[in-house]
Amino acid sequence: MFRTALRNVSAHKARLLMTVLAVMLGVAFVSGTLVFTNTLSAALQKQSAKGFDHVDVSVTPDWQEAEGDKVGEPRELTRALVDDSARVPGAERAIGVVTGFTALAGKDGKLIGSGFQSQGGNYWGDEDPRYPLTEGRAPRGEGEILIDSETAERAGYRVGDTVRMSVDGPVLEPEITGVFTTDDGNVAAGGSLTLFDTTTAQKLFGKAGTFDEIAVKAKDGVGESALRAQLDEALPADVVQTTTGTRLADDQAEAIASSMSGLKQGLLVFAGIALFVGTFIIANTFTMLVAQRTKELALMRAVGASRRQVTRSVLIEAFVVGAVAAVAGLAAGVGIGVGLRSLMGTLDAPMPDGPLVISPGTVASAFAVGIVVTMLAAWLPGRRAAKIPPVAAMSALHAQATTKSLVLRNTLGALFSAAGVAVVLAATTMSGSDGQAPMGIGAVLLIIGVFILTPLLSRPLIAAAAPVLRVFGVSGKLARQNSLRNPRRTAATASALMIGLTLITGMTVAAGSLQKSIDKMAAESIEADYVVSMANGNALSPDVAKTLQGADGVTATSPMRNAVSRIDGETEYLTGVTGSAINELTEFEMKSGAFQVGGARVAVDDGTAKARGWKTGSVFTVAYEDGEKQRLTVSGVYLANEMISGIMIDTATLAPHESEPSDMMVMVKTADGASDAVKESLEKALGSNPGIRVQDKQDLSNQIAQMFTVVLNMVYGLLAMAVIVAVLGVINTLAMSVFERAQEIGMLRAIGLDRKGIKRMVRLESLVISLFGGVLGIGLGVFFGWAVGELMGTTMATYELVLPWARMGVFLLLAGLVGVLAALWPARRAARLNMLQAIKAE
Amino acid sequence: MTTAPPADRTTTVAARATELSKIYGQGETQVVALDRVSVAFRQAEFTAIMGPSGSGKSTLMHCVAGLDTFSSGSVRIGETELGSLKDKQLTRLRRDKIGFIFQAFNLLPTLSALENITLPMDIAGRKPDKEWLDSVIRMVGLADRLSHRPSQLSGGQQQRVAVARALASRPEIIFGDEPTGNLDSRSGAEVLGFLRNSVRELGQTVVMVTHDPVAAAYADRVVFLADGRIVDEVYGPTADSVLDRMKRFDARGRTS
Repeated sequence: MFRTALRNVSAHKARLLMTVLAVMLGVAFVSGTLVFTNTLSAALQKQSAKGFDHVDVSVTPDWQEAEGDKVGEPRELTRALVDDSARVPGAERAIGVVTGFTALAGKDGKLIGSGFQSQGGNYWGDEDPRYPLTEGRAPRGEGEILIDSETAERAGYRVGDTVRMSVDGPVLEPEITGVFTTDDGNVAAGGSLTLFDTTTAQKLFGKAGTFDEIAVKAKDGVGESALRAQLDEALPADVVQTTTGTRLADDQAEAIASSMSGLKQGLLVFAGIALFVGTFIIANTFTMLVAQRTKELALMRAVGASRRQVTRSVLIEAFVVGAVAAVAGLAAGVGIGVGLRSLMGTLDAPMPDGPLVISPGTVASAFAVGIVVTMLAAWLPGRRAAKIPPVAAMSALHAQATTKSLVLRNTLGALFSAAGVAVVLAATTMSGSDGQAPMGIGAVLLIIGVFILTPLLSRPLIAAAAPVLRVFGVSGKLARQNSLRNPRRTAATASALMIGLTLITGMTVAAGSLQKSIDKMAAESIEADYVVSMANGNALSPDVAKTLQGADGVTATSPMRNAVSRIDGETEYLTGVTGSAINELTEFEMKSGAFQVGGARVAVDDGTAKARGWKTGSVFTVAYEDGEKQRLTVSGVYLANEMISGIMIDTATLAPHESEPSDMMVMVKTADGASDAVKESLEKALGSNPGIRVQDKQDLSNQIAQMFTVVLNMVYGLLAMAVIVAVLGVINTLAMSVFERAQEIGMLRAIGLDRKGIKRMVRLESLVISLFGGVLGIGLGVFFGWAVGELMGTTMATYELVLPWARMGVFLLLAGLVGVLAALWPARRAARLNMLQAIKAE
Repeated sequence: MTTAPPADRTTTVAARATELSKIYGQGETQVVALDRVSVAFRQAEFTAIMGPSGSGKSTLMHCVAGLDTFSSGSVRIGETELGSLKDKQLTRLRRDKIGFIFQAFNLLPTLSALENITLPMDIAGRKPDKEWLDSVIRMVGLADRLSHRPSQLSGGQQQRVAVARALASRPEIIFGDEPTGNLDSRSGAEVLGFLRNSVRELGQTVVMVTHDPVAAAYADRVVFLADGRIVDEVYGPTADSVLDRMKRFDARGRTS
């Protein structure tokens, strides 16, 4: 029997190719997804990872708790503590660490990296073991820095070059005295690391004489915990905390894992869907295969093969096909993964960079899908094959496609869909994060339900296309009927596209709506032309606000200054604004009272007012950072949004009590409004500082939107894969159909349908199937996008559903293109069929 | 035993093959399927083509009907010479001037009986002549089966649909390739009856390939082929006379 099965595999090369192709598609879909997602998550992981090679125990400052009217603050790690740490018997050395944001400009004057990865630190002594120098020497004094080798290479800097850089204040132009190597994750992710000598770093980062951390390295043979015990003993317990390097690494790994779990889950869901679709493609192909071979299998039964033998022969065939296809599919999947990445690269999409990851899990699932799924998928058709009566061998009739009732399938699909819709709808009524899990479950249920129902849905949806198809005469009519002929097959073919488009449309709708609501928020509440801030979101030097105030063409400015205080024994952050200018720069809807900030009058957002039980006219006592107290009056309660909220107080009122004002941003209104020229002059006024961003409202919402863009780009990548699979799937189905309908096509040619008509018939069938998948997918996607939006709308006041018609149109066009492309070869093949042989068949 | 055509028949020719040859392969493996065959099919005449397997009867029909190319000679349908036509023109000729009936019925399973019947007109984008269509349907007795799908019809009914399809577009000539080959004798007799009626009453021209002497007896004239040549012709055949003629082929086959 084994030999027969093998003969079967090799006897029908064309058919074999088709089957292998189908299985390969399934495998490629799954392994491509896995390769892509693994690579992506490895890159993300690497980006946030940091080496702990040089730390056996980390000493960090303890936090002085806030108490009564006194605000909390960190203890100081002094040089003395570093020396104490170095003196414990188990310590090889102790390094005082200072870090902070350092913006480095490239040769074009623009910031290198995105801002969040622009790091600065101190180079310890003459030879810091953390940062091996590849060139040059240690920096000395304010005019000298080191930069990492990757940044040096990227920006084209060499030792001896002078660079522009900034920490929070003025632009500095130090000289590069050396280049070092580092395994810092931020650098790997495209950021930069600039090192100063320790004193300079402390001064620049505003931490004169103190450190952020003391990294202690143990002597050989001294364990981490032993060293930690010694340090605990030697250092004042109320000032420092000690943590072992292993613990730090574990904590970090955990933090990374938890921050990535959402993403990973999402990607796994996609891989699961890929597997699901792949299984159907394979099962579909084997069903067609067995149907075509009815006669042959019946002949085997007639000459004495048992049912089990027939089943087994089908299974062995499936095994061989599966194994071959798994290997090819894995290769194709890796190719797809690589291709997607480079595609994203050329499209300039922000994607984390990293090496290609092909995990054992990917290989295992490729083979699991290829072999196990193929055999499982072949098992049902195999059993059906065994039931073919031996008489069928004598029958001259073509094997009819199985027209098994769809009742069970439809019932199941309806149940799944109904449950899915119900859960999704229920989830939209929940608030924020509570609704996420039900939403996900509902979405999966609904997708599965619709997937199962696709054969049923094909009838009305394709019938709706009839008026359009009628334009194409008899070809259109036949195409429509052919596409409805085997609803299961049409459904399985259309579903790859459907699922891809569901995801992509859902994400596009949700992201577009979110973007719109953020735009609206910015447009509604901000009257300022520009918002100036640090590239990494740190506080600006107070000089910036002063400089801007005096700049040409500026009519009003106000900082958004963060000031810590105590109110009723609780820590509260006040927002210091310029009372005289703030009403020109912001515009809030008032719940009550008026937006008046000045003297002892403050404006309060609705959330804080509600939490504290304040109304317009309420009076409360605040204790400032320096311990002084003042009674303040609420002038009005405004409706806050995600960008601006808090207790607004005049900076003049705040000034006497603050040691280091921290301006989170400065709002600027100019006489001429926002324009490139104005922006340029503002930037110039600030000394073209690479660390400072001058953004108009659009820049601001774009910046927020960027996080969606990354996710959206990933989903577009997955869509590309779904499209490739869809094209190949449609080709496969059409080729099978053309093969099966050779006789009909021959007859049509004989009675006068020309080659063009035949081609058109096949093409239209392909188009109908693809558009069917496209319409279903876009429809489902809009539903999900709406539902996700409803969920977000509960926490976002300005949320508004935006349907991206243009993009949806593009998706539908894409689906159509899939249909046209996929039909090229099958249509040619159909038109070239030997008409005589076709009608003589049987 | 060639008999003369009856004198009252019209002499207008619907289709004619002249010195028609069809050769497969080259050199040693060369097979001559048709060897300079000349034959004319007159209007309103029912002709049967007979001959043993491999005699070239199907090839002759395919060449004359524009389904297959030929090596030399000429074929005319009405006034049109087929040899010079491109695929597109040939297709159009088959669509507008020729009707087909196949052994395996060859109906489209997705179309109803009526849609199958009007398929050639649909392809041409022409409206069927309602009156004519009704009379054809009435003749083949399908009036109450028009909305059925082929799978809901018996073999005989399916072939009647095929006959109606061939007649419906009023072609100049209808070709049948073993039209009763897949039918039981009663259904076969019905189908042959319709074909003969269409010739007698409607003036249709029909050419049919068959190996069944009973079927051939429905024809006005039987042309016998052997080894790619026309070897005999019988007017007004009966089943017995055809059978006798066929037996002589067998005898010759055995003795030669």
